Amino acid sequence: MGNQDHQIGPVNIHKFPPAYNETLSVGISLVRVDAHEKVTGKTVYAADYYGKNMLWAGVKRAGIPHARMKAIHTDRAGRVPGVFCILTHKNVAGTNRQGVIRKDQPVLVDDKVRHCGDAVALVLAETKTALRESIDLISLDLEPLPSVINPEHALEQGSPLVHEDNADGNVLLKGDLKIGAGSIAEQECDVIMEACFETQRQEHAYLETEAGWARMEEDGKLVIVCSTQTPFRDRMEVAEALDQEPSRVRIIAPYSGGAFGGKDGVTVQSLLGLAALNSGGRPVKMWWDREESFLSGTKRHPARMYYRLGARADGSLHFLSVRLYFDTGPYDHLGGVVLTLALEHAGGPYRIPNAVLKGWAVYTNNPVSGAFRGFGVPQVTAAMEQMMDMLADKLGMDPLELRFKNAVRRGDRNCVGKTLDASTGLMDCLEALSKHSLWEEREAWKCAAGPFKRRGVGMAAVMQASGYGPVVPDVANAKVELTTDGKVRVYCGVVDMGQGNASTNLQIAGSILGQEAGQMEIVLPDTDLTLPSGSASASRCTYTFANALIGAAETLKQRVLQRAADMFMVRDIEELTLFPGGVKHLVSGRELSLGALARFLNDSERVATYRFRAPVAKDSVTSDDGLKLHGLPHRLFSYGAHLAFVEIDELTGKIDVKRYLAVSDCGKVMNPQIYEQQIHGGISNGLGYALSEDFKVHEAKVHTPDFTTYVLPTAADMPDMDSVAVEIYEPTGPFGLKGVGEIATNGPLPAVANAVSDASGVRLLRFPLTPERVLKAIRDQEG
Amino acid sequence: MDILREDLLLTGTKESCGAGDCGACTILVDGESRLSCLMLAAQMQGRDVTTIEGLAEGENLHAVQEAFVQHGAIQCGFCIPGMVLAAVDFLNRNPNPTRTEIREGLAGNLCRCTGYQKIVDAVEAAAARIRQEARL
Repeated sequence: MGNQDHQIGPVNIHKFPPAYNETLSVGISLVRVDAHEKVTGKTVYAADYYGKNMLWAGVKRAGIPHARMKAIHTDRAGRVPGVFCILTHKNVAGTNRQGVIRKDQPVLVDDKVRHCGDAVALVLAETKTALRESIDLISLDLEPLPSVINPEHALEQGSPLVHEDNADGNVLLKGDLKIGAGSIAEQECDVIMEACFETQRQEHAYLETEAGWARMEEDGKLVIVCSTQTPFRDRMEVAEALDQEPSRVRIIAPYSGGAFGGKDGVTVQSLLGLAALNSGGRPVKMWWDREESFLSGTKRHPARMYYRLGARADGSLHFLSVRLYFDTGPYDHLGGVVLTLALEHAGGPYRIPNAVLKGWAVYTNNPVSGAFRGFGVPQVTAAMEQMMDMLADKLGMDPLELRFKNAVRRGDRNCVGKTLDASTGLMDCLEALSKHSLWEEREAWKCAAGPFKRRGVGMAAVMQASGYGPVVPDVANAKVELTTDGKVRVYCGVVDMGQGNASTNLQIAGSILGQEAGQMEIVLPDTDLTLPSGSASASRCTYTFANALIGAAETLKQRVLQRAADMFMVRDIEELTLFPGGVKHLVSGRELSLGALARFLNDSERVATYRFRAPVAKDSVTSDDGLKLHGLPHRLFSYGAHLAFVEIDELTGKIDVKRYLAVSDCGKVMNPQIYEQQIHGGISNGLGYALSEDFKVHEAKVHTPDFTTYVLPTAADMPDMDSVAVEIYEPTGPFGLKGVGEIATNGPLPAVANAVSDASGVRLLRFPLTPERVLKAIRDQEG
Repeated sequence: MDILREDLLLTGTKESCGAGDCGACTILVDGESRLSCLMLAAQMQGRDVTTIEGLAEGENLHAVQEAFVQHGAIQCGFCIPGMVLAAVDFLNRNPNPTRTEIREGLAGNLCRCTGYQKIVDAVEAAAARIRQEARL
């Protein structure tokens, strides 16, 4: 091991490199503050923490999906040279239960094993080799129980129960919404389409797997560094599970090597805490290898979705009935919130006056399902956008025309009955798509298919709500400091997991305070230093935090100008202006450096804080308090229209996406480069979901535990993508912005499926669209 | 890779799969890209090894690094050290590539954040700059 201790300094500050000193303004593509340090390998991720005297911590996993825990035998394992100690649930002093809404997940299993990846014992060892050897030697006395593996069967009377103490059997959450006249309206339809869709599990596959490092400091504080989306929530969960005072737990969240929802909720945090409490003051490190991440990390909910969509002869949608079965695995892990968002988005961005929407998030002994970019919306969009094309086909209407006919506008009620009082730019997205050169060239492009190739074009209209809904507060607290060196230091409350919000925050604060990149500093989330600001999720990172930051920066600006005015003996602060490095009195030309000014201020005056709570829906669409708690309804939606150009090889069934267009309404664009980064990334996650990412589980066991069997898109698989931003100003958003983090993930699967249907006449309802499935479908159709 | 990261504390080289599937651990050995997660320490004996920390010359970034920064090719950054070194080797072999060739050349390096487009843009731009500087 290296000779140095990993230092947890009082403050870890990031800055732009010295050569980069651009003026900071909102609306332009600035180079990101983290780009230079990441491209030179200087960034220290949670996985990069080591240290002299460090112990490796690792988990023994259950290996079978459902069993009563009888005994854990650690004697042989404990005798492996280099093993420091082995911990079980007996060493967990607190509740030994974690969870965001329902606390049903143990730190270490006590009563029952509920999935193959359940954590049963925690080993601390001097080396990785000793760790692995020891874990292998731990034996478990388990009394196997019948597994629950099918969500629909899990709801039947007499099914084995995953949680015997759950009042609602294997139901984590169910929803039942009736909108308008409900099912009576079905008779009024001229056309009814019906189909059942099945979407698969998807793996987050962040390049940095679940990782962290922890140490009990001499003053008794438990410090945990981890790759996480939720440092403040983690602190509460760790404290409760391990019986610690929250103020004696410090969670530090450096730049994360990707998260996408898989680090929204506990992964390594409590395990690290438990390890550090038992390591005799030595630092501990946990880093899941890729296989463990596949087996034990959360996945996108697989879903079976039954749809009936009815319309009038003129194409106006009249009735929708859905039954959604989401396999949530054995633990809450936000599964109820995912189901609720799916129900809310089940009808897509359309006016549908009558609907019956039912859904169940079902406990099973399959791998744990949880948050994943899109969060229930990719699943229902896969279904609804194909239903729309099927309906268009039946009516003899152009698919785009059918969307135009039914697209929501501001002031309409969406399909759960929510009046859309925020910016609603779907029509503008559809317009922009219809005028795009790709749309205009589509027929010519299709005709140019070569031998044994069939070409098709398919579209999808998408929406994505942001925030947490009407009950859970979507709050951020920003803090900005004028340092004694005259720098502007922003305390970033929301984790930067690659989306670049550290940079966006500096861009905003710098622009308000009139500073250049060289004056700016950022502190990444740290429960001791930054203020609680909610999760890096739900497309709310910039919307909510930036609104708080604007308040804090404006407050600091006023204070700085006031004090400078006093020092210049000027009455009217409008005669003063901030410029890079100082304050100037415009009338007299006198200047004062920010450093000099800062040194006149008391420490408490140099810091400004500001709290922002995102506005929520005032109208209610359900009396079900459970659904309200889980987010129904949201108030603010982003919208988009996607177009996929697809070429199928008739001989192999392989689908090649040749071009892809995403037109998006995410409000005003704060930084075009960062906006495009989000759209591109979302499209690539969506195309993997559409074409190659098939997370296979059979009899509750994972059959795709590595990148050989689980196929991610590479550079050679991805098309060139066009991103068009339709910039409709959202009045409640910071500089008019809405969330952009998730929405692009929703379009690719249905757009590609629609394109495949356009190319071949074949409609596939199960995903991904592997060459085998496509080839078989084409052969069956011909045969 | 363990020697680089744990003994030499050069944590710029990343482990992401440990099985040679993802390319995150790419380093240059005698100027050629290799997967360090599959290499034994003994294979380094007598060789010139370059990790991401050694690519820039002092304050001067390599053309590939500078292009990645300017073109927004970096999001979470975890794939970047491997991607950059793979691109450096690729351009040494193919200094005037098409976009398709760049995509194929980097197909051994997974990225989950970017969708690869800005990475391809950056490598294309770096290639042009390197060719231009070679002419001068």
